[in-house]
Amino acid sequence: MDINLTALVAAIAVMSAPVVLAALGETITEKAGVVNLSLDGTILLAAMVSFVVAFETRSPVLGALAGAGTGAIVAAIVAAIGVQLGQSQVAVGFALTFLCRDLAYFLGSGHSRVEGPQFEPLPVPLLSELPLLGKAFFSHSILVYLSFIAIPLCAYLMYRTRWGLIIRSVGENPEAAWARGINPIMVRMAATIGGGAMVGLAGATYSLSVKPGWGHPQGCEGIGWIALALVIFGSWNPTRVVVGAYLFGLLQLMGIYFQDAFTTIPPQIFQVAPFPLMIFTLVIIHFSHGKKGVLARWVRMFSGKPPKAMGRPYRRN
Amino acid sequence: MLEIIEITKHFGPVQALKGVTLTARPGSIHGIVGENGAGKSTLMKIVTGYQSRTDGTIRLDGQDMAMASPREAAESGIGMLYQEPLDFPQLSVLDNFIAGADAFEPDVQKAVLASLQVGFGFHLDPRQKMQELTVGERQQLELLRLIRNGARILILDEPTTGISTRQKSQLFSALKKLREDGATILLVSHKIDEIEQLCDEVTVLRAGLTVAWQQQPFDRRKLLSAMFDTVPQQNDTAPKVATSVPGKSVLVFDEVHSSVGRSGMKGITITIGAGEIVGLAGVDGSGQSVFLKAAYGLLAPEQGNVTTLGRIPGPEYGSTKNEKVFLPSDRLSEALFPGLSIREHHLLAGETPQFLARNSGISQTQQAIATASIRGSVNTQVEDLSGGNQQRLLLSLIPPQTQLILMENPTRGLDVQSAAWTWRYLRERLHPEGAIVFASPELEEILSQATRVLAFYNGKILLDKKTSETSQEEISLAITGQLNRP
Amino acid sequence: MNSTRNLPQMLLGQARDILLISLLALGAVCCLLLALGISPADIASTLATGAVGSWLKFNHVLTVWVPLLLCCCGLLFTFRAGLWNIGIEGQVILGAIGTTLLLRADSLGLPPSLLIGLALCAGFISGGLWGGFAGLLKNRGGVNEIFGGLGLNFVAQGFILWLILGPWKREGIASMSGTDLFARELWMYTPPGWRVAPASIVIAICAFLVTWYILSRTRFGLRVKAVGANPAAAPLYSIRPDRTGLAAMILGGGIAGIAGGLQVTCVYHRLLPPISSGYGYLALLVVMLANYKAGPVPIICLLFAALAAGSIQLPITLQLDSSLSGVIQGACVVAALLVYGWRKSRKGGA
Repeated sequence: MDINLTALVAAIAVMSAPVVLAALGETITEKAGVVNLSLDGTILLAAMVSFVVAFETRSPVLGALAGAGTGAIVAAIVAAIGVQLGQSQVAVGFALTFLCRDLAYFLGSGHSRVEGPQFEPLPVPLLSELPLLGKAFFSHSILVYLSFIAIPLCAYLMYRTRWGLIIRSVGENPEAAWARGINPIMVRMAATIGGGAMVGLAGATYSLSVKPGWGHPQGCEGIGWIALALVIFGSWNPTRVVVGAYLFGLLQLMGIYFQDAFTTIPPQIFQVAPFPLMIFTLVIIHFSHGKKGVLARWVRMFSGKPPKAMGRPYRRN
Repeated sequence: MLEIIEITKHFGPVQALKGVTLTARPGSIHGIVGENGAGKSTLMKIVTGYQSRTDGTIRLDGQDMAMASPREAAESGIGMLYQEPLDFPQLSVLDNFIAGADAFEPDVQKAVLASLQVGFGFHLDPRQKMQELTVGERQQLELLRLIRNGARILILDEPTTGISTRQKSQLFSALKKLREDGATILLVSHKIDEIEQLCDEVTVLRAGLTVAWQQQPFDRRKLLSAMFDTVPQQNDTAPKVATSVPGKSVLVFDEVHSSVGRSGMKGITITIGAGEIVGLAGVDGSGQSVFLKAAYGLLAPEQGNVTTLGRIPGPEYGSTKNEKVFLPSDRLSEALFPGLSIREHHLLAGETPQFLARNSGISQTQQAIATASIRGSVNTQVEDLSGGNQQRLLLSLIPPQTQLILMENPTRGLDVQSAAWTWRYLRERLHPEGAIVFASPELEEILSQATRVLAFYNGKILLDKKTSETSQEEISLAITGQLNRP
Repeated sequence: MNSTRNLPQMLLGQARDILLISLLALGAVCCLLLALGISPADIASTLATGAVGSWLKFNHVLTVWVPLLLCCCGLLFTFRAGLWNIGIEGQVILGAIGTTLLLRADSLGLPPSLLIGLALCAGFISGGLWGGFAGLLKNRGGVNEIFGGLGLNFVAQGFILWLILGPWKREGIASMSGTDLFARELWMYTPPGWRVAPASIVIAICAFLVTWYILSRTRFGLRVKAVGANPAAAPLYSIRPDRTGLAAMILGGGIAGIAGGLQVTCVYHRLLPPISSGYGYLALLVVMLANYKAGPVPIICLLFAALAAGSIQLPITLQLDSSLSGVIQGACVVAALLVYGWRKSRKGGA
């Protein structure tokens, strides 16, 4: 088995790019205390819209923007029903998952399996000339670079800006945020819509770069659920969530590599692996609480708790 | 100068404030006292815009203020220390200090926090998580944050509950310092000692109304009587059941400790015998409800033993069912099932066969509705009942063989008639070998209904006497911590 | 506010809700179609003929209705207990696997009809265990039932693939198209001219009646409802909220498992990867649209099944993608959430 390390890293960077974007978007949303469960449908719908817009306008940039807009609009519906009206966020998100998925297949069927524009690889001058690193990190399309930039940007936003603190405080205790002059409803709306736009961008990354084109299936089905699991796996910390996303990319690639080596293990096993891992992680974290000893302390150090007010609607009395 | 004029507040059909007026002057500490439910906290939350008011005027230095949100209040220099600390437990001390500020400058704020700490003699580590701090430390941080925001009017709601003596003296010296600097301070408390120590003037609230106002030096006796309303009510007093079966103990607490709740329980030892009606007096969170929950078995004490009806209590599943009941104070959220009907509650509480018929439970429910005069029908959902009728329903669910009845605020939110009915009903239900233990914020109720009173203060019992041998004054001294245990 | 809700008022309110929801949802879909230059009337007639145009087509509606109704029954238990059983897909899959396991055990030498019955029981048990596993993860492991269930769905998907490509692979070559067909006598009886086994319809109807009976006429059903309404108050009535929730998960998973078992014995006569056909997820939408009440469930199931079956005609007659049915279903549910939420916020504000 011949594994070229540079090619492997490059492939992981590409395959994980949309997962990174979607998981980071959801992290922002959940940090504000809102669960947007519609990810899987949103990604698909945004992928379709991006491709169709790019196809009709011959401009991938416009396509990507349209994808982000689609994500924002779906998130706005989640916010309107789940935050403003105080309905179950899970219920709205779940219903939208399926509405968006079928809407994508229905509206996109005219553009199925047609040749369309996509973001071409854009090697970064000088940096792409670097031995090994250049090929691995600096010879991708602009959306993949965006996924790189989004990581420090997100971490910076969350922990080094006033806005990040406001988002975290609302997810933690909306009543206390209100007492300090913050409007929890507005913050939650904004975080949901902003996170949704990133999820939409993830969809665009699929149809315009990672798996260019549109079809039924597109190939990005199921990724939304993975992204939701990764947020938990990464315990709501942007950096750890991203580590999970790249780990998932590695698992996916291993599935492809090992297909030849271990024909008895179906590649699908590697694709579902993140879920049992996530459940396992949660159980371990649960049992470490209140326990003494080095191991429990170590687990607690590397795990975080969900935002305290996640999923709980805020109402002023 | 802060003027609060004729403030009213309705929560649905309940009127929490019926027109409160008071004036607080710069450079002074204004105490606000009153028993639980008098409307103190609601009034303060209205002044900071945390809650909206139904009617009335808030005037600051002669100008009418809308106070539509805490932001507006903060901008006009009003800051509040809430009774339950409103902060972010999982965030760091520094984050908590910054949250809500208009700029994000961690390094600057760290320095500000450090210099403020020096001035007040506090020692908080900015990197620590808020949840690792004690209530007192959380309060200190909140106070510093308000000062950082430039608050000229500070409102403190029961700031000394659950904090250590040292923290209390630190807080008091901080407040005195702020007063010297010309701040207006409103101090909500039920502890007369503290009010005497600190305040320049005091306003007493009772049942949503301003009932008294005094300046230093205070007349303690008058204050207490204004707070606790000594006007004799229509005393529907019971012939005190004195049928104590000697030697038979229903509930035994032996050196019980618990850290649950605001003050937990600190070494409670008590024996309650058959035939007793025991009233637990005390300010909210002094340990009474932890006591009741431990007696029912909803929480296990960390130290010591509880014996209920000869057994270690646990929520009763199976054979020991129906020997004891617990009626918590928040009926709808702790004791009833919203969306279920009166009949369904009776089916759940009674001896119901596994399979039901179309008319299962209807006749016994109708009978209960009649005897308890519940205003509702068999299929009325409980959330549509008024508070009084919810309580009537809960009482009607008590099985006849019940020996121990544990209750929190049995007459909370009830009108005079319902309250009187409640006690008649309860006395009828008192099992000859059982007991009734209830917590009540109203001393009147305890004196008129109980045979014995236990006064709780900060997780301890400071007074344990027969109601015939004590007085309202003695109990109010005990629950405000002014009575040393004999 | 302490008035008793009387029946005519309630029915009027419900009729108004239904009208509002359908107006909102169908209006939005019609606008979308008109914007695309498609006539909603054409769609409606195609869907109608696709669903009830012939006996065979209606048979197809029923083949969707049966598993959908069974899944809904399972969900009624878990929703009543206040649990979001998103793991129902996995429970359907495990039910199918459990049934297949017994149907492959022809060495037992049992008469076919008995074997089919036992196989369905195995489906119930395996689906129930899978549901119970999610419940245990919640009670003992602190894993929220939504994410635990979702994770178990993916695990079940992996498991069924492994079985089909591994131990249960087809004679000769492993294939994604499923295992070998069962022996003819292990197919549930389907009369000539029918596409759906009458016994499966009977099972679905019975399951619904039993569900309705348990939930509304037994002490257990009442306890489940109580736990869903307020778990904090349950101990005061001698009810253990965790155990009651677990029982609801096991029962709900079991009924979903029967749906999987019927897919195997009546519809496909073999185990194949997409055995659940997404009916579990669709059932979640149905129950949400019914506002978590049992009464309207069979009718909504029938409508959803008719949409799903009728939409097969869309590509043939109008060259449109069949996913339009999903769009209509999803739009209905989102509209319902909007209307119910609006009603709730008005009630709370009053």
